[in-house]
Amino acid sequence: MANMLINQMGLPKSIANIFAARSILTAKDALSLTEFELMELLDVGLSEVTSAVAHISEIVCPPYQSALSLMEQRVQNEFLSGHLPTRLKGLDKALCGGIPFGVLTELVGPAGIGKTQFCLKLSLLASLPTSYGGLDGRVIYMDVESKFSSRRMLEIGAKSFPEIFHTEGMAQDMAGRILVLRSASLAEFTASLQQIKVSLLQHQVKLLVIDSMAALVSGDYEQGTSRQHSLGWHISFIKSLAEFSRIPIVVTNQVRSQSRDESCQFPFQVQNRGEFVEDHTRYDSHLVAALGIHWAHAVTIRLVLEAKSGQKFIKVAKSPISPPMAFPFNITASGISLLNDDGIEMTGPQINAIHCQGHNDIINFDEGRLQ
Amino acid sequence: MERERETHTHTHRGREMEVGRLPISASQRGKLIAAGYTTFSSLSSVSPSDLARDLKVSDNEAHEILKVASHSSGLERSEGSHLIVNGAQTAWDMLHEDWFTHITTSCAVLDNILGGGISCKEITEIGGVPGIGKTQLGIQLAVNVQIPVDYGGLGGKAIYIDTEGSFMVERALQIAEACVEDMLETNGLPRKDFQACQNEMQAKDFLGNIFYFRICSYTEQIALINYLDKFISEHKDVKVIIVDSVTFHFRQDFEDLALRTRVLSGMALKLMKLAKKFALAVVLLNQVTTKYVEGSFQLALALGDSWSHACTNRVILYWNGNERYAYIDKSPSLRSASATYSVTGKGIRDSDSNCKRIKMM
Repeated sequence: MANMLINQMGLPKSIANIFAARSILTAKDALSLTEFELMELLDVGLSEVTSAVAHISEIVCPPYQSALSLMEQRVQNEFLSGHLPTRLKGLDKALCGGIPFGVLTELVGPAGIGKTQFCLKLSLLASLPTSYGGLDGRVIYMDVESKFSSRRMLEIGAKSFPEIFHTEGMAQDMAGRILVLRSASLAEFTASLQQIKVSLLQHQVKLLVIDSMAALVSGDYEQGTSRQHSLGWHISFIKSLAEFSRIPIVVTNQVRSQSRDESCQFPFQVQNRGEFVEDHTRYDSHLVAALGIHWAHAVTIRLVLEAKSGQKFIKVAKSPISPPMAFPFNITASGISLLNDDGIEMTGPQINAIHCQGHNDIINFDEGRLQ
Repeated sequence: MERERETHTHTHRGREMEVGRLPISASQRGKLIAAGYTTFSSLSSVSPSDLARDLKVSDNEAHEILKVASHSSGLERSEGSHLIVNGAQTAWDMLHEDWFTHITTSCAVLDNILGGGISCKEITEIGGVPGIGKTQLGIQLAVNVQIPVDYGGLGGKAIYIDTEGSFMVERALQIAEACVEDMLETNGLPRKDFQACQNEMQAKDFLGNIFYFRICSYTEQIALINYLDKFISEHKDVKVIIVDSVTFHFRQDFEDLALRTRVLSGMALKLMKLAKKFALAVVLLNQVTTKYVEGSFQLALALGDSWSHACTNRVILYWNGNERYAYIDKSPSLRSASATYSVTGKGIRDSDSNCKRIKMM
C-alpha cells in the first residue's frame, strides 16, 4: 500500500505530472512530507496540495471492519475461532482455546527448560488431521541452533497419539509435513523469511516456528539501540506475515543476566523514591528475557518457562486475553505435560520474572560482555 | 470634509455598512467614519479615551458608542470568531460552551484523577511497559464510549486503529459482556436466562460499533489520519479514536529522525484538529524505551523528547509493588497524581486492595 504509485491513483493529470517531475513517485514519498513542504516543493497552492493529499490518503488508507464482523469472520472460517490447541488443558483454557492465529507467541526461558520440546509438540499438533484436533497443514520450523530432533518428535508423537502413529505410513506423512530450515546467519534468515512469505499460503503452511530468535542476533550483539534496530525490520515483517496469513507464529527466546545498572523505573519514580515500593522481583531473579524491551512490546503472548525450587512452571506472562496464570509442568516421553490444570493466578510483576532455581545449566548470554 | 467622507464611503463600501448598522446618531456615525472607524473590529481595539480624542467628543460619549458597538457586534459575531482575531474564543466562552464530556475507564479512582475520565476534545497519551494493560484500557474505552446516555455515557462509537495486531476480538467481547452486565446491575434488574440472551445480543452490538482499522506501515497510518476527517463526517457519532500503538511503525522505519519528528508532529496536530472539530477523545497508546540518564538506565516513553510535547495529556502506567498504577505525568488541567487500577476478567476495574487511594505528587 505504501508503495502504490501516484500516477495510478486517478489524480488530475496536472498535479500527477508535477509530483512525478519532483520525483515523488509513491504514496510513501508524498505522505512523508507535510503539506507545507509539499507546497514548497511542488510550487502549487495549499488547497491543491490539500486535496491531492486527501485523495492519496483515501486510496492508501486500508478498509475498515467492525469488530463484530471481524469476530464472525474468524468464527466461521477458522479452526476454533483462530486457535491452535496445545492439548494442555489449563493452558488452552487460559488462552481461550490455544495459541492464537495471526500474532506472535513467544516462549522464553533458560536453556534446557523445555522450549524446544514444546515447539516439537506444537509442530506435531499442527500437522495432525483436523479430526484429531490438528490444523492439517504443513509446518515450517526454522532451526537456528540445530536442536531439532526428528527422532524425539516421532517419539512424542507415538506416545501422545498412539492410535495415529501406529497406523502404517502415518508417521511418515506427519513427519513429511514438517519442513526444517537451518539458517546460520541473520542474512540467511532474512532471505528465508522473504521466501516463506511468498509460498506460505499456496503450500498450506499452518504454523511457523522460529527456534530461537535470540541466537540469530547473538552474533552481532551490542547493547542498546543498534541491536534493537537490527531486529526492527524482522519484527515488523514477522508480525505482518502472521497477520496476513492468519497462522500462529511461535518464537523462542533466551534469557540473559540483568545488568547491574538496569532500572525498571520512570524518572518520576526515581525522583520520589521514598513513595514507591521496591520491586522485589529484581532481587529474586537475575534473569531477564533477551532481545530487549522493543521485542517485549512486539510479541502478543509471552509464555515464560522457569524453574523455581526445582519445579518447572509455564506462566502466561503477557497476554491480552488471559489472566496471569502459572502452571507447574514437567517433561515426559510425550512432551510437556501439566501437573495441575487449574494453575496459580499470580499478581503483580512477578509473573514476568524468570527463575532458574534447581535447574543447573543456563547459558549466561552476557558473560563475556559485561564490563 | 464632505469629500473626505465620500472617499471613505467609496473605499470602504462593503464594510462601511458595519458602522452604518449601529444604532447611533448620524453625526456620531459621521464622526466615526471621518476618523477612520468603519468596522466593528476597528472599534474593538480602541480605548474610550483614544476614541474620545479621535472623535473630539467626551469620554462618556465615546464609552457609550463603544458599548453599543460591542453589543451589536456580539449579536452578529459568527460562532468561533472574535473581533480581534478570526477563529479565537475567549476563555470564558470556552468554559461555558464545553462542559468537557468524559469517557469512564470503569475504574473509579482512575476516573477521579482524570477529572471524570478520558476527556473529549483532547489528546491523551497513555504509555507503559509491555503487559501493563494499555491495550486493555484501549478496548475498555472503545466499549465504554458506547454506554448509552441514559446510563451516564456518551452513546457514541469508537474507531480502533491497530498498528500491531494487539486487538483480540475475544477480549473485546468479554469486556463488552461485562459492561452490559454492569449496566443491568446498576439498573437493579435480576439476571435471568432471558436477560442472558439479551446480554449476548447487546454485547455483540457493542462490537458492531467499533470501527477497526489495521495499519501495516507508517504511510498507512498517516493516510488514515488524513482520511479520518471525511470518515468521521460520515459517521458523526464516533466519540473516541484509539491508536494502539502510535509508536510501532515509527520505531523502526526511520533513519532520518528529523523527518520522523516532523511527521509525528504533523500527525499530532491533525489529531488535535479532529478532536476539537468533532468533540471526540483521542487516545494514543505508546511504548516504553530505556534512556541513559544520570548514570543509569531509566524508562521513558518512546518516540523522543519532541513527541512528548505533542500530546495534551500524558498518563504513564507502571508497576508499584504488586499493583498497577496510572500516573498523570503531564496535563494542563489535572494535578499530578497516581491511582491504582487492576485488569480483571471483566476489563479495567478498581483494585480490590486496601491501598485503593489516590496519591498526590
